Amino acid sequence: MEPVTVITGRALPLDRSDVDTDQIIPSDWLKRVERTGFGAGLFSEWRENSDFVLNQERYDGASVLIAGPNFGTGSSREHAVWALQDYGFAAVISPRFGDIFRNNALKGGLVPVVAPADVVERLLRAVEEDHTVEIVVDVEHRRLAVPSLGIDVEFPLDDFTQYRLLHGLDDIGLTLQHVNDITNYESSRPAWLPAMPSELA
Amino acid sequence: MSASTLFDKIWDAHVVRELDDGWSLLHIDRHLLHDLSGPPAMVELRKRGLEVHDPDLVFATPDHLVSSAANRTIDSNEFGGAMWSALRDEAERSGIRMFDLGTVGQGIVHVTGPEEGIVLPGLTVICGDSHTCTNGALGALAFGVGTSQSTQALATQVLAQARPRQLRISIDGTLAAHVTAKDVALALIGRFGASAGAGFAIEYAGPVVEAMEMDARLTLCNLTVELGAKFGLVAPDSTTVAWVRGRRFAPAGAEWQRAIDAWAKLVTDPDAVFDRDEVVDATTIGPFVTWGTSPEHAIAIDDVVPDPAGASDTRQRESWQAALDYMGLRAGEPIAGTPVDWVFIGSCANSRLSDLRAAARVVEGRAVASGVSAWVVPGSEVVRRDAEAEGLDAVFRAAGFEWRLPGCSMCVAANGERVPPGARCVSTSNRNFVGRQGPGARTHLASPVTAAAAAIAGRLVDVRCA
Repeated sequence: MEPVTVITGRALPLDRSDVDTDQIIPSDWLKRVERTGFGAGLFSEWRENSDFVLNQERYDGASVLIAGPNFGTGSSREHAVWALQDYGFAAVISPRFGDIFRNNALKGGLVPVVAPADVVERLLRAVEEDHTVEIVVDVEHRRLAVPSLGIDVEFPLDDFTQYRLLHGLDDIGLTLQHVNDITNYESSRPAWLPAMPSELA
Repeated sequence: MSASTLFDKIWDAHVVRELDDGWSLLHIDRHLLHDLSGPPAMVELRKRGLEVHDPDLVFATPDHLVSSAANRTIDSNEFGGAMWSALRDEAERSGIRMFDLGTVGQGIVHVTGPEEGIVLPGLTVICGDSHTCTNGALGALAFGVGTSQSTQALATQVLAQARPRQLRISIDGTLAAHVTAKDVALALIGRFGASAGAGFAIEYAGPVVEAMEMDARLTLCNLTVELGAKFGLVAPDSTTVAWVRGRRFAPAGAEWQRAIDAWAKLVTDPDAVFDRDEVVDATTIGPFVTWGTSPEHAIAIDDVVPDPAGASDTRQRESWQAALDYMGLRAGEPIAGTPVDWVFIGSCANSRLSDLRAAARVVEGRAVASGVSAWVVPGSEVVRRDAEAEGLDAVFRAAGFEWRLPGCSMCVAANGERVPPGARCVSTSNRNFVGRQGPGARTHLASPVTAAAAAIAGRLVDVRCA
């Protein structure tokens, strides 16, 4: 995963709440083992409507998605994250995310920015009005800033997660540093717990 | 020592190492793979030149993409075959047990995991599937993960996790006839909302839960993720122990005694404190159905479709109106009486033997209404065989249902088995999202008995009066 420090760019306003991962990437798109090429499937049902915000040229090149509350609920499909990234988004701003989506996003370096509902509403209105509004997601200082609107708020990001984002560390690499702990744990574990019954092992 | 919850006890027993800022590396005891999320994780592992850490703890079965048709083969749908063979090849290469079609152990992962004794009390369980929370019904810490975490767990058998907050939902009273765990779950989601559980692990407790058989607890825990939480669990008790005993991968002999002694300690201490504690009286809960496009759009079967004018804010009002438009319903009309085109009895929510028995009792000696397509898709090969041994398939067939082969089928429609655009389906599954059962499909979530009654009546009906 690439390090993420500051994301500066234009935004796309997705003024909908409860956007579940079935809407982000319908299940038809999941029947492949690769992790690339999912951008074409992003919101594919909604994109059939020519008025849908992703079809409006003025938002082409946006790197920040702004959405209503409860973004990424439902299915655990990580393809939702891959589709958003493949399309060009580096951060998503919402008042609340689905737990599993938020986890998946952070694994891939897509930054889920939790912002107060009133800030998100203001952002949506502002970007609908003017597509050139510049958004700054500063992972290093945990700030969401929109200079032209005078918005500068902190967003929640624990130290451990921030460290991983800033250094582009993925969990496998981190975990492999603790191989000895894993071995120790496994050797001291009650036999019945992880082991299979002996006749089946 | 301070008082602990059931969740804390299982969590603490699995900490391999404490990391910074409240994160822990947790040992993962069981890893379930299916044909949709399994292959990408296995392929990623291979791409990184890594091996499966402990193949004995990983179990694979095809469920999402397989056809449920009687004559299914690897080529029964366009893409499923490729994913299915990828799963089989990767499992074989790594020495992972794979329960293939037609064999005991095949079925929806969250049906077969508990059924085979793979999922046990006190374990940590993951799967690349949000309904992994189902398995918490045994008193396990079970949660859905994405491909990255699945890959990591394959490689290392541990995952970094931040401890969630904890919510207890105690369900008091008793359930009336024809009122099931599904109705309780829908009532909870309707009352608290689909995001109430975000950031929480939920322990279900109280007399109603204690009185539930395992199948019902599995249904209740299944819908935890529709409350927004990725963990749902029930303390193991004598019902759990009796149910687990003798299952294929459950401990046996001397190990069994050690296991049940350990499981006896898996309870929340009386003075443990939850971040949020809710008590719900089940006595007043009747059959529930959904009217809209979120599981929280749930109402009692004798209620009317809500009016967006009564929504709490603009956002909810717009969302309700969009749901009404999509579903083709009018505010203020009784939900009962709504004509239906399809009925689907299946999914990891409601496809177990007791679900099928209950539905069969409603159906027996009656006929599916003309114009209604009705399917039963048993959750596993074992459920299918057991149901056929007691003649349930004959009851469903005689009434005009299709009796099909185990898999996820029309719950997620990833295998091409879809509700047609605009058609209205009463489904025992867990998601009524827009397009979930196929583009334009209109889903009403319900219990197996409510779904069965709808198939016979050709419309949504109160199963208590059917």
